[in-house]
Amino acid sequence: MSLKAEHLTHIYQAGTAMESCALRDVSFEIEDGLFVGLIGHTGSGKSTLIQHLNGLLRPSSGTVYLDGEDIFSEGCDMRKVRARIGLVFQYPEYQLFEQDVLTDVKFGPKNMGLSDEEAEKKAIEALKVVGLAEEYYKRSPFELSGGQKRRVAIAGVLSMEPKVLILDEPTAGLDPKGRDEILGSIDRLHRERGLTIILVSHSMEDVAEYADKLLVMDGSELRYFDTPKAVFRHFKELEHMGLAAPQITYLASDLRKAGFQVDQDMSTVEEARKEIRKLFRGNDEG
Amino acid sequence: MNIIEARQVLFEYEQRDENDNIEEVNVALSDMNVTIEKGSFVCILGHNGSGKSTFAKLLNALQLPKEGTILISGMDTRDEEKLLSIRKTCGMVFQNPDNQIISNVVEEDVAFGPENMGVEPDEIIRRVDDALSKVGMEAYRYKSPNMLSGGQKQRVAIAGVVAMKPECIVLDEPTAMLDPSGRRDVVRTIRELNKKDGITIVHITHYMEEAVDADRVIVMDSGKVVMDDTPRKIFSRVEELKKLALGVPQITELAYELRKDGLPLPLGILTREELMQYLVPLLRRYGKGAEREDA
Amino acid sequence: MLRDITIGQYYPAPSVLHRLDPRTKLAGTMLYLLSLFMTDSVVGYAIATVFLVSSIKLSKVPFRFIVKGLKAIIILLVLSVSFNLFLTPGEPLFEFGFIRITIEGIKTAGFMAIRLIYLVIGSSLMTLTTTPNALTDGLEKSLGFMKRFGVPVHEIAMMMSIALRFIPILVEETDKIMKAQTARGADFESGGLVKKAKAMVPLLVPLFLSAFRRAADLAMAMEARCYHGGEGRTRMRPLRYGCLDKKAYIILIIYFTAMALTNLLPW
Repeated sequence: MSLKAEHLTHIYQAGTAMESCALRDVSFEIEDGLFVGLIGHTGSGKSTLIQHLNGLLRPSSGTVYLDGEDIFSEGCDMRKVRARIGLVFQYPEYQLFEQDVLTDVKFGPKNMGLSDEEAEKKAIEALKVVGLAEEYYKRSPFELSGGQKRRVAIAGVLSMEPKVLILDEPTAGLDPKGRDEILGSIDRLHRERGLTIILVSHSMEDVAEYADKLLVMDGSELRYFDTPKAVFRHFKELEHMGLAAPQITYLASDLRKAGFQVDQDMSTVEEARKEIRKLFRGNDEG
Repeated sequence: MNIIEARQVLFEYEQRDENDNIEEVNVALSDMNVTIEKGSFVCILGHNGSGKSTFAKLLNALQLPKEGTILISGMDTRDEEKLLSIRKTCGMVFQNPDNQIISNVVEEDVAFGPENMGVEPDEIIRRVDDALSKVGMEAYRYKSPNMLSGGQKQRVAIAGVVAMKPECIVLDEPTAMLDPSGRRDVVRTIRELNKKDGITIVHITHYMEEAVDADRVIVMDSGKVVMDDTPRKIFSRVEELKKLALGVPQITELAYELRKDGLPLPLGILTREELMQYLVPLLRRYGKGAEREDA
Repeated sequence: MLRDITIGQYYPAPSVLHRLDPRTKLAGTMLYLLSLFMTDSVVGYAIATVFLVSSIKLSKVPFRFIVKGLKAIIILLVLSVSFNLFLTPGEPLFEFGFIRITIEGIKTAGFMAIRLIYLVIGSSLMTLTTTPNALTDGLEKSLGFMKRFGVPVHEIAMMMSIALRFIPILVEETDKIMKAQTARGADFESGGLVKKAKAMVPLLVPLFLSAFRRAADLAMAMEARCYHGGEGRTRMRPLRYGCLDKKAYIILIIYFTAMALTNLLPW
């Protein structure tokens, strides 16, 4: 299974004075089971892009293929597409509306036409994945803490059992604990269930840690689609786009400038630690 | 001199059932003692539910302590006659930039506070000019807040407080909803207000990096102050911070790990420059290329 | 799109109309709306058109921007035009089955459409050239006499101005929640009336909750900025009638008299 965007272009209010291009000729292919980080400055076209990937927005030209099927073609059932490509919006807790947590999470599967029991089974499973304890299932979603609400909202998309999960800044506004919990669940979904993940994030540290590949958007265009290490090599260009590389990448650059041969591609604390220890160990051996 | 004094403050949230009987009492703050010196830049860290937002609201008399006393420049927040002077002295900026801007035009929003205070029109215009230039938003004076980015809106909100000429500004997670560049601008703005205008800043956040430059960091957990020290001393206590689910900046963590590995690095390294400053001499002396350097 | 609603939006520009006292603009708009209902003749509409077009020119608001606001009333427009077109009795011009169009029908429908369009453009021109705060001030001052009868004029004016500020925010939020629920398989388009009404629940509940949350936040932010009602409040730019306003009132009186006179014309 793969998700492929081909020459995606989106023009808002075409033909008026307000015409603006939100997406310009974006093409890429994401293989099954990949963890992809999507980064870009606010207004770079990230949100527009992900809304195309599950058919919420129609492209002005170009299209999206899911397993080789054009999702914007006549015969394509949009609901099925949306069940297979789950999209979690920013601040998703603001979509909660049901009286209790379980019923809210059942909303998606029931829309897919599942029976109540089946929907409930899927809902419970999804709530387990996001790590919400059973005692909360019958509570009102509005009584929960911010982090818990968000996990319920993510479960609301997971319960449709998508193969691809797109999350728009799922950690925005959360405290470090909430951030770790959410990222932990996403990582588990990727590793244990083999879901393809597209994570929109402002945190270079997070994408450096989790992503296999990065999509970098700038001025409505796709600038890079490569491994995090390869992308972070362009940290000067990233800065011009209002982005930055992780602190550790800058440390690597500083160390190399000072004449020490560390791997320029190190980007996490663990990698840096290994690299720096190597510099010392060389002396022990000699 | 102390601008803020909190003495043995207790605050509880009551949950009531339909018959208005108390169902549950959640203690948000208990036995909180904090004094904040005039002109200082204080960061309050803590995860959600640690009581930091409640504390912020007490400082502005938006809520009153159940027990204990809060003094703002010596004024008791319980004293209703002092209410307006307290709010004038200690302004407040909130988390959501959209929900604190009242007007459809930037300049009118900045004028809102002084107007409520009954300031003369000419003086209001002067204050608005001054406040907008301090936050770097003069160019947007006649614009609608809806056209601005999150970081810009938050700077307008700060200008709205600055125009009230406060001695102290309390910011309750002003950067939580912003992107990195918006966050940078807001942090730079409040730092400048502290340095150039001597306004006391109480910055509440859960981004550890933002606490690095503060004069003092207060860490809260379950309604209590658990740490209160300089950033360097606080960030030396990596294990404790991790236990509080707070984490530390990446560079601090790296330095801490390397120290555990036996490198003689000091505790509480905060920036990349600092790390380089200590690491480079060590590498020159003991590292792989050491012989070559000597030769 | 929902975002196209321009009613209640402010459009900043350095124009004569922007500089007028909000009370003048309020009075002007009232007289203008009244005049539209007074006249029924071609000459009357011609005068109203000249008045409206010159006002738009003076306002420096792009024509396109104003017309965009009409999108919001398209349904209303179509409905009232077709009612008048098909249901006005008179000399039939065209008949097809039960559809019957009369000359009178065309005339009333045409006037109705023009009247509606002019009404919306006229009132949006006022909000486009007046900041909500100025509008609030204007209303508060013009209706100040009602305070004596216990009407909370300041509070009402404040509420209006805040509502105007939050309309675009809530519109955007509606759009977002709709998309989010669509991503969860919700369907807002198909089905009968009952199904459609039911489909609105996942949209309306979050929307109301959000509005309440915003209201609570805003109330707190206002309190923190020393808001304590209208008493003792000063204004950055207090309302003062200027030379411009005098001229505007003279023009208004001339316009209104002319419109009143058109009724006396035989055609």
